Amino acid sequence: MNLNKPVTLLAALIFLTGCLTAQTLVSGTVKDTKGHPVRGASITIKDSYDGAVSDSIGAFHFSTSEKGPFTITVTNIGYSSFEQSITLGSGPIVLKPVIKEQLSELKAVTITAGSFTAGDAKRGAVLSSLDVATTAGSNADITAALKTLPGAQQIGEQEGLFVRGGAGYEAKQYIDGALVNNPYYSSVPDISSRGRFSPFLFKGTVFSTGGYSALYGQALSSVVLLESIDLPEKTEIDATLSPIIVGVGTQQLAKDKRSSWGVNYNYVNVGLYFDAVKQTPDYFKMPQFHNADFNFRAKTKNGGMIKYYTTFAYNDLGLRRQDIDSLNTKDAFSLTNHNWYNNLSWREYLNNGWKMNLVASYSTNLDNVGQQVQNAFNQPKTFNDTVFWMNAKTFNVDNRQDLSQAKAVFDKKLGGISSIRFGTEYWYSYNTQKYRSLPYSDTLFKFKDNYNAVFAESDIFLTNELAAKLGLRYEHSTVIKKSDLAPRVSLAYKTGPDAQVSLAYGIFYQKPENSQLFYTTNVGFTKATHYIVNYQKMSKDRIFRIEAYYKKYEDLIKTIPINYYYSTFSNSGSGYAKGIELFWRDKKTIKDFDYWISYSYLDTKRNYLNYTEQLMPSFAATHTASLVMKKFFTKLKSGVNLTYSYATGRPFYNFMLNGTKYNLAEQGKTKDYNSLNFSAEYVPSIGNPKAKTFVVLFASVSNVLGYNAVYGYNFSYSGGYRQPITPPANRFYFIGCFLSWGVDRSQDAINNNL
Amino acid sequence: MILALALLVTLEVSAQTDKYTQVMQKNIALLDSAKSIDELQSLVGTFDRIGDAEKTKWLPYYYAALAQTWVGWNPATKDKDANSAKINAFLAKAEAIEKNAELYAVENMSATQQMLVDPQTRWMTNGKDANTALQKGLQADANNPRLYYLQGMSLLGTPEQFGGGKDKAKPVFEKSLALYKSAQPQPLYPTWGQKQAEDGLAQCK
Repeated sequence: MNLNKPVTLLAALIFLTGCLTAQTLVSGTVKDTKGHPVRGASITIKDSYDGAVSDSIGAFHFSTSEKGPFTITVTNIGYSSFEQSITLGSGPIVLKPVIKEQLSELKAVTITAGSFTAGDAKRGAVLSSLDVATTAGSNADITAALKTLPGAQQIGEQEGLFVRGGAGYEAKQYIDGALVNNPYYSSVPDISSRGRFSPFLFKGTVFSTGGYSALYGQALSSVVLLESIDLPEKTEIDATLSPIIVGVGTQQLAKDKRSSWGVNYNYVNVGLYFDAVKQTPDYFKMPQFHNADFNFRAKTKNGGMIKYYTTFAYNDLGLRRQDIDSLNTKDAFSLTNHNWYNNLSWREYLNNGWKMNLVASYSTNLDNVGQQVQNAFNQPKTFNDTVFWMNAKTFNVDNRQDLSQAKAVFDKKLGGISSIRFGTEYWYSYNTQKYRSLPYSDTLFKFKDNYNAVFAESDIFLTNELAAKLGLRYEHSTVIKKSDLAPRVSLAYKTGPDAQVSLAYGIFYQKPENSQLFYTTNVGFTKATHYIVNYQKMSKDRIFRIEAYYKKYEDLIKTIPINYYYSTFSNSGSGYAKGIELFWRDKKTIKDFDYWISYSYLDTKRNYLNYTEQLMPSFAATHTASLVMKKFFTKLKSGVNLTYSYATGRPFYNFMLNGTKYNLAEQGKTKDYNSLNFSAEYVPSIGNPKAKTFVVLFASVSNVLGYNAVYGYNFSYSGGYRQPITPPANRFYFIGCFLSWGVDRSQDAINNNL
Repeated sequence: MILALALLVTLEVSAQTDKYTQVMQKNIALLDSAKSIDELQSLVGTFDRIGDAEKTKWLPYYYAALAQTWVGWNPATKDKDANSAKINAFLAKAEAIEKNAELYAVENMSATQQMLVDPQTRWMTNGKDANTALQKGLQADANNPRLYYLQGMSLLGTPEQFGGGKDKAKPVFEKSLALYKSAQPQPLYPTWGQKQAEDGLAQCK
C-alpha cells in the first residue's frame, strides 16, 4: 500500500493531465451567401485562445483542449458575423459557417454619369485645389481649370461654363448647397472675367456636366458644387506681392482646434501692367479691385460644423474701343461693381443615423454700367434721329440683384449603406434695372420672385455592384406663376474592380433670365432632358472615362421684337445637343509627371433668342481638346506646367432686324482656336520645417505662342462691316510672390488670392 | 494525499497563468519568423483572440496590430486604407487598457502606410498623423529605440530638399541602436527593430 499509494497518485496525475491535454479538432470551410469561399475570416471559440483564420479556399482547422459548451464565432471585416453553439470534448467538429457580405461604402459602386468629383482624396479626386492652381492658363481660377475637362467649351469672350451645347447661364455654382448668384466678377462686353472664389476655400469640387441630383435645380446644363473647407491646419499670416496685386490675411485656429476665424484683404490694380504690356482697348480708368473676406468656423459637440463666410468686393474700370459703325468715333464703357456675399451653414449629426444640412445665404450685387459715344478727342458726341442706333449706344444703367435663400436637407441612413434624403429650399430674389438715360430714361424695371422647391432622393444599393439613385424635385416660381416636377434617375453597375458603367436620366428646368423677366413675366420654365451613358475605369493614379449623351431642349426663350428698343419673349424655342467625350489622366507612368487629355465631340443646334431657325449656337465648337501637363522637379524645388487647348472654329451670325422680324444676313465660321499656356512655381522652403517664412514664387504666360484668337464677330448696323472679337492682349503674363508665416503651406503652394 | 492535491491545484493555477506566457511566447516567435500574408493574418487572429479572452492585457492587441502592420508593408496588400483601419481598431482596443510608446510606434507605421499611397496629396493628412504619433510616443518614452528607428526611416525616405536625407537620418539610427543595446525589455515586451535599424544605418553610408 505504502508503495502503491504514490503510484496510484501518479497514475491519477497522468490520467488527469491526459484529460487536460485531450484535444478536440475543429475544422470547416467559411463561405459567403453566394457559395464563394471567404479568405481571412476569423474563427474563434469565445473566451478562449483557440481559433484560426480561414485560408484562401475558406478552409480552417485547429485543435482545442477546451471542454463543454462553447460559442463559436466567425467574423470578417465587411461581413455580418456568424455564431454557433457547440459542445467540445466529444469528438471532432466540422463547421460550415455562411457569412453574409455587408454593403460597404468603400467597396460599393458610385454613380459617375455626368459628374467629375474633385478634391475628395478618398473617392479619387479628379482635380484638387492644388491641381487648379497648377493648371497652366488657369491662374488659380476654378472655371478656367474646369475648362480643361471634357464637356466645357473654350469660350474667351465671356465668362461662364458653356457645357454640352448649353449657354453660360445654364451652368450654376453652389457653395455648401446654396446658389451663388454672381459667381464671376462683372464683365465688360467681349472680355471674360474671373470667378470670385479662390480654389483654396474649398476642399471638394464636383463638376457635373449633366444628370445631377434632385438637390439642385434652376440649371439646364451643369452645376459646379463647391464644398468649403472645415478648419484650417494651423494659425498663419499670409502676404501676396505682385506688380498687379498686394494682399494680406490671417487664419487663426483656436488652441483646442475646435474653431477658427480668418480675415483677408487684397487690392488689384493693373495700371502698371497695362503700361508695360500693351492692350488693344484704351483704358481711361485702370481696372482696380478691392476684395475683403472674413470667415468663422466652429465644430459642434456631435461632430457637426457651423461655418460663416462673407466676402465684399468693389471694382471699377473704364475703357474706350473703336466704334463699329463710324471710324472716327469711340465707345467709352465704364463699370463700377459692389458685391457682398454671405454664406452661413450648419451641418449636424442627429440621432438614429439622421444628418442635417442647413444653409442660409444672402448676396447683393450692384453694377453701374455706362457707355458714351465719343469723338476723336474723347468728347461726348450726339447724333440726329436719322442715325438713332448711334444714340442708343449711349446709356447709363444700374443693375442690382439681391438673393436671400435658405435650404434644409435631411439625410437618413437606411439598412446598410442605402439612404434617403429630402428637403426644401426657398429663394427670395429682388432684381432691378434702372436706366438713367434714353430711351428708357429713369425707368425702373423690377421684379420679385419667391421660388420654392421640395425634393426627395434615395440612394439604393441593391448589391455592392449595383446602385440606383432616384430623385424628384418640385419647383414653383411666383414671378412666372409656374410649377414643375423634375424626375432624376441614375444607375451604376460595377463591371470590374475599378471599372463601372453608369446611366443617368433627368429633366431640368430653369427660369428665364432677369433681362427677359424685366420685360415680360408671361413666360414659363425652359426645359432640358438629359440622357447619359458613361464607362469609367479608375485606379489610384489613372482615370479613363468615356461618356455619350443626348440632351433635348424645349421651351427655350425666343425674342419677339416689337421695335428697335423693345422686345418681348416667349417659350417657343427648342434645340438638342449630343456628343461623345473622353478623359484620360495618368500620374503613374512617369515619376512626378502628371498629365490629362480631354476630348469633346459636340453636335448641337438650337433655335433661341433672335435665331431664325435651328442653328449651331455661336458658343459651340464641334471638336474641343485639351492636354494638361505638370512636372515637379524635387531637386530644384520647382514645377513647370503646360496646357494646350484646341477647338475647331465656332459659327457666327449676323441677325438683322427688319421691321419686327430677324433675318439671317450673314453667317460663317471662325478659324480654329489654339492656346498654349505655361506656368512655373519655385518653392524654396518646401519641406524645411524650420523655415520661418514659407515662400512661393510663381510665374505664368498665357498663349505663349501668340496665336491670334478670334472668338466671333461684331457687325455694324448696316451689316456691311464686321470686326473680329479678340482678347484685349495676345498674351497674359503674371509674376507673384506668396509668403506665409506660421505653417508649412506647401500643400497650397500657390496663394489663394491670385 | 492532501499535499498531492494541493500540489495539483497549484500546478493547475500556475499552468493557467503560464498558459498566457507560453502561448504568447510561442506566437511572438512565430511572428518573428512569419513571412507570408496568410501566416501573418493567422497570427493577427490568434493575438486578437488572446486579447479578447484575457480582457486586461494590452500586449496581445499590440501584437495583433503589429502583425497587421507587417501585412500592410507587404506590396501584395493593395488597400492600405482598409488595412490601416484594421490596425487602428486593434490599437484602439489596446489603448483602452493602456497608452504607451509602443502603441504610438505602430500608430506611426499605420499612418505612414496610408501616406505612402499618395505622398504628394496625403503628406499633410496621414503624414501629419504619423508625425504626431511619433511625437506623442517620444513624449511617453524618450528612450524607445523603435521610435528612433521609425524616425530614421522617415528621414531616410524624405528627399534632402524636404529636410530629410542620409545625413539627417544617420545620427537618429545611431541613437536608436545605442538604445537597443542598453534596452532591457520586460518579458513578452516588443524587441523588434534592431536589425532593421542596422540596415537603415547601412543605407546611410
